[in-house]
Amino acid sequence: MLKELVERWRQGYRTHPFPKKNPELPEAYRGCPVFDAPRCANNCSKCLDVCPAEAIQMQQEQACLDLGKCIFCGKCEAVCTSGAIRFSRSHIMAADRRQALVLGEKPLPTAGSADKKMVKVLRRALRLRQVSAGGCNACEADTNVLNTPVFDLARFGIQFVASPRHADGLLVTGPVSRNMHLALQKTYAAVPEPKLVIAVGACAISGGLYAGHREVCGGVDKLLPVDLYIPGCPPHPYTILDGLLRVLGRIPV
Amino acid sequence: MATKIPLRVYNGRSQQMEDIPVFSEQAFREQILAAVRSGARLAALFARETGRGNFKLTALLAQNAGGVLSVLETVVGKTYQSLTPECPQAAVFEREIFEQWGVLPEGHCWLKPLRFHGGYSAGGKAGGCENGPDFPGVMDYYQLAGSEVHEVAVGPVHAGVIEPGHFRFQCLGEEVLHLEISLGYQHRGVERVLPGGPDKRTIHYMETLAGDTTIGHALAYCQLHEALAGCRVPARAQALRAIALELERLANHTGDLGALAADTGYLPAAFFCGRLRGDFLNLTASICGSRFGRNLICPGGTLHDLRADQIENIQRSLAATVKDVKTAVRLLWNTPSVLARLEDTGRLRRKDCEHLGLVGPAARACGLERDVRYEFPAGMYTVTHIPIATWHTGDVFGRAYVRWLEIQRSAAFVQEQLLSLPVGPVRRETKKTNACQMAVSLVEGWRGEICHVAMTDEAGRFSRYKVVDPSLHNWMGLALAMRSQQISDFPLCNKSFNLSYCGHDL
Ligand code: SF4
Repeated sequence: MLKELVERWRQGYRTHPFPKKNPELPEAYRGCPVFDAPRCANNCSKCLDVCPAEAIQMQQEQACLDLGKCIFCGKCEAVCTSGAIRFSRSHIMAADRRQALVLGEKPLPTAGSADKKMVKVLRRALRLRQVSAGGCNACEADTNVLNTPVFDLARFGIQFVASPRHADGLLVTGPVSRNMHLALQKTYAAVPEPKLVIAVGACAISGGLYAGHREVCGGVDKLLPVDLYIPGCPPHPYTILDGLLRVLGRIPV
Repeated sequence: MATKIPLRVYNGRSQQMEDIPVFSEQAFREQILAAVRSGARLAALFARETGRGNFKLTALLAQNAGGVLSVLETVVGKTYQSLTPECPQAAVFEREIFEQWGVLPEGHCWLKPLRFHGGYSAGGKAGGCENGPDFPGVMDYYQLAGSEVHEVAVGPVHAGVIEPGHFRFQCLGEEVLHLEISLGYQHRGVERVLPGGPDKRTIHYMETLAGDTTIGHALAYCQLHEALAGCRVPARAQALRAIALELERLANHTGDLGALAADTGYLPAAFFCGRLRGDFLNLTASICGSRFGRNLICPGGTLHDLRADQIENIQRSLAATVKDVKTAVRLLWNTPSVLARLEDTGRLRRKDCEHLGLVGPAARACGLERDVRYEFPAGMYTVTHIPIATWHTGDVFGRAYVRWLEIQRSAAFVQEQLLSLPVGPVRRETKKTNACQMAVSLVEGWRGEICHVAMTDEAGRFSRYKVVDPSLHNWMGLALAMRSQQISDFPLCNKSFNLSYCGHDL
């Protein structure tokens, strides 16, 4: 026992004081993109051509970037000569509506909390069942890492549980493979009301790279009502944590 | 006339398609069986359509001792004689071929769906998957009968934050007599859409084949692309790629040791290792911004370079992290109750390991010297060698201990590379991939041998792209390791393999 204590003392206290203090993210980290519509030349289509995820589209002669599809490869930023697309270093990206993720003239509005009744019930104790439905294990891993001492998810009263019957909601990753369609529906049905559904990662939001494959359904909201969308490929753990706290109304908008 | 022999190929180099020898079905079979008897492994076996209802089977044989890779082909119709009864490592490949193309391996003793999807040929029906692709897991399972025997079914949705799969245990009391694993829940159809490439999506498909092996699969693809396009990668990029690959290994091995500690109920080491795994991921993020190494490697080199101050920072944090890992892992080895749980649990015999063609730490823990970095080196590993880490016990402890040895060697390798990073550019423009070529690319990912094989058509586009994740070989190893174990040992055995579901399911 003594050697464990000595080692604990040597390694020290490691929990980051999030959300009081902003996380330190690496220099090359690509956070929430900023789309500066007035600067966009509009008559060039370089970003549309390079985007591997078909995240950039023209809507009424105006280019818009769908954060729900974007895999943060940065290719658009690199080819844009007018400087209209720029990746910020902000980890705050969660949205409560799918449409909010489409960045055109308006920037991304920060996610609000779930409805009042839900917040009242879940604010201080949220139990989630995670379902991976075709995810590549990156979103899953960066969700799981929230249980390590650095993030210490439990201090917010949030916990991942084994049974959907013990859960207040689902956190779903992956484009929802057809082979997981039924399992996801059954898991959802087993969660008691009121329940939250959180879609984590480009795949879960829109199908990501796999959208259009006949083997996948192309996003969680094709099957279930989604309360929170957390973009990224995969989202940084702080992006996920920030989203979870926002939906519970624990970070003021 | 000289007798026909399989064509010798090299990791990361291309060949003319027409040079691949095509054997008769019988000779193809004999060549493979003879090679496997003399110690070679079946690294890949796959089919492609050649029209008029015919299919070409391609086999890639890897003779680890001596580091010889060879390729051979044959043409078959709707059926051929199965290799599996004499060569168990062909089992998954033949199931895959049947499922993708409906080509029946006659006499296969375990012909079941592998991933539960529709067939690949236009309008073709999938072999084996009679219930249609919407019923994953619905098939006949191997079952025991008897009044004391019972069956435990687990999954697809598991208790933790992990990927889905279905497990059927045949038990006598607490003892597992047999475990059958049915996967396919993660199938996204990647291999089906790769022909016609390379295009702007290809590299990103590779990065998400198995998210925890982003570097491994992306590197395998890039080596292949470069071989097909005849592109030479700058030395600095080679070094950066090797650094990234070893950081990926460090992160995952550390995480695995932590997970094993958690499953033995020894939480101090579990939490230390959980945090330290994240520190390794953050080192990768300090190079390219992504904890998993997304957008770091590209055909022709790397997309990021390191400045002198970044190198210094990485050296410093790597040293600190490795020091903490060492003390955390020593806690494990110095705690008798932990060792008692690990030792002799989930023992795999060396002979079974050879028959099944296992790779990676699972094989090395049985004393088999199998390591792409040493036997089929490419890139930086042709210049700097990492000694192979093996252990002889084949149990959970062995698999943990091999990881521990590899952590130390990888850390030393990365430090060495950082000290002597070659100067120069990190990327060269790649040309178009050449027409009618075949190339093989092997990478030792943290789970074991990643194998990609590509063939191009007259226009230089992929006509077939085959991905073999190490998990495809190793899932059967887990099933065997569980025999005559307590069912409560499953989590421990499972973690000691820590295989990929999506890498298997593609
Ligand atoms: S960063 Fe996003 S929007 Fe830009 S090219 Fe990549 S996937 Fe497309």
